[in-house]
Amino acid sequence: MKILLVDDEEEFVTTLAERLELRGIQAMAATDGEAALGLIETDPPQIVILDVMMPGLGGIEVLKRIKAQTPQIPVILLTGRGSTQEGMEGMKLGAADYLMKPINIEELIKKIQVSIKSQG
Amino acid sequence: MNKLKWYQRLTGGFFLQPDDDSPDRYRILRRNIVILMVLITIIPLFVMTIINQYEYQRSIKTEIVNPLRTLASKTKHSFELFLEERLAIVKSISSLYSYEDFSDQKTLSRVFRVLINEYCCLVDLGLIGSEGIQLSYTGPYDLLGKDYSQQSWFKEVLVKGVYISDVFMGYRQFPHIAIAVLRRTEERTWILRATIDTSKFDELIASMGLSPESDAFLINRKGSLQTASRFYGKVLDSFPLSFPRGNYGAIVVEETDPQGREMLVTYAPFTKSDFVIVLVKLRSNVLRSWYVFRSKMLLIFIFSVVTIVLIVFKLTNTVVQRVKEADERRELAFREVQHTHKLSSIGQLAAGVAHEINNPMAIINEKAGLMKDLVEQDAQFRGKEKFLGLTDSIIKSVERCKSITHRLLGFAKRMEVQLEILDLNELIQETLDFLKTEALYRNIILRLLLAENLPLVSSDRGQLQQVFLNIFSNAFAAVEDKGEITITSWEEDLDTVGVSIQDNGCGMPEETARQVFEPFFTTKKQRGTGLGLAITYGIVKKMGGDIKVDSKEGEGTTFTVYLNKKAKFESGE
Repeated sequence: MKILLVDDEEEFVTTLAERLELRGIQAMAATDGEAALGLIETDPPQIVILDVMMPGLGGIEVLKRIKAQTPQIPVILLTGRGSTQEGMEGMKLGAADYLMKPINIEELIKKIQVSIKSQG
Repeated sequence: MNKLKWYQRLTGGFFLQPDDDSPDRYRILRRNIVILMVLITIIPLFVMTIINQYEYQRSIKTEIVNPLRTLASKTKHSFELFLEERLAIVKSISSLYSYEDFSDQKTLSRVFRVLINEYCCLVDLGLIGSEGIQLSYTGPYDLLGKDYSQQSWFKEVLVKGVYISDVFMGYRQFPHIAIAVLRRTEERTWILRATIDTSKFDELIASMGLSPESDAFLINRKGSLQTASRFYGKVLDSFPLSFPRGNYGAIVVEETDPQGREMLVTYAPFTKSDFVIVLVKLRSNVLRSWYVFRSKMLLIFIFSVVTIVLIVFKLTNTVVQRVKEADERRELAFREVQHTHKLSSIGQLAAGVAHEINNPMAIINEKAGLMKDLVEQDAQFRGKEKFLGLTDSIIKSVERCKSITHRLLGFAKRMEVQLEILDLNELIQETLDFLKTEALYRNIILRLLLAENLPLVSSDRGQLQQVFLNIFSNAFAAVEDKGEITITSWEEDLDTVGVSIQDNGCGMPEETARQVFEPFFTTKKQRGTGLGLAITYGIVKKMGGDIKVDSKEGEGTTFTVYLNKKAKFESGE
């Protein structure tokens, strides 16, 4: 399984990627929207984990572009705001699911599996 | 800064205390309104009563005074006519007959007899010479040869030619008056004198037709009675009142006589002689209708004043009460708006803080997670158990922070609402389950007085749980061990259900009770965030419900929550 993690907090994405690798999941990391879109083009992942709040190209914009270019790749949103509203809005735009930070890794893996399964 | 408008200046700032917060302001307002209203109603009433009274008095006096004057004048004329007539007779016969005729006793007697046949009241007739000696006389007395030269009437008749005497008592103790006429011929001067019985005077007075409590009589200008008086005695007694001298028409004066009677006295002085007709009426009789009117007026006035004062008091109380209530409502609304503003701005701040904290928290979480992962995979790791315990502890602390930031965010943001049909009693039970252990451990008695058949409500389960959890936690914090918490539910009205949570804990002062829903207000110092009840308040208000706190220091606190059966979630940050 290959996934792409996108978050402007490098410490967060790299650590999370390492933990996922430990669990046998191949994880790429990107710290901004442009890099993420580039990676998707060159080495498309099975799923994208995307932070909503990012400087520059925001999460919602990245989501829109992914859905426009490669709608088959599911996207799980990460939100730092406690409100589920952002997550719900994201889901309306085509996100598969959402999670609130800080995340529980087991929950994340479960959601990843569910999203990929329902996609397939 | 004296920019008062004219009417405000006029009322002297009477009602100008809109911003005055003194506790006396309603009392002062009430007092001022009462004074003003009483003044503007009673002054005109008072003035009207006075005018009315004055006018009525005036008209009634004219009505009484004029007839009195007329009657007195008429009687005076009768008297004058009578006297004139008698004087005319004496004058005529003095011209018709000569000195010699009157000197002759027989002729004098004959003339006298003719006269008393034709005219009443003549008593005698006599001739007096210029030296004052009675030369001839016909009548009941023996006056022949009497010398009048030293008497004042004799001197007066010599000067004036005519004389009418005051009343005097004759030899037979009858009141009389004397009329004397002077004749001057070339040869000699002589006087013809007739005496007249004044019984005719009584007749004239009787003809006035006076009521028994009135009196009329004749006096001379020296003030001695010339006819008998009912009130003041017999002829020649002196009249006790001073009366106006001089010549005037009939006048009416109010007097009090030596016996203390208040009277209306009419004086009509004679034009050609020294008599005055006096007509006396008791004032109380004359003015009876006036007194009746006056007491009626007084009664009406007093009744009106009492009624006005009562109504003014009642009305003012109502008005001031309304003003007070309006003020209180305004203040309450103002406080609510202030509270909402505070909540909203604090919410925004909290949201920002929470969001900023969530990112580093996420990093800590992942780092700790990775550490845990690595240690778990390394079988030879020394102190593995201890290390895993530490990482777990970090992860749990992060979880706690997460719950705090999420609560903060939840407080700030409009929360997602999932309406479902709920049994409130069930929800309360569920929520209490969270605190069951604490209750057992602290021996807290939970009394549930939940209404049977409580209508189901449509609301958000999570939010309602939070509401009750917060209040329950507060109650648990307030009571001592073995304390008592009573939870009651009931149907308030068609649209509302009520739940009250009553504890017998420490209670709180009024000041604290007022601030209890303010964000960050806490009495728990270290333990509380000060957000619990503020969040509760926010949720209940958002649902269109209401929450109240009622507390007495040392006795306990009761929170009462009113919830709409159909929660209406108002949008708002």
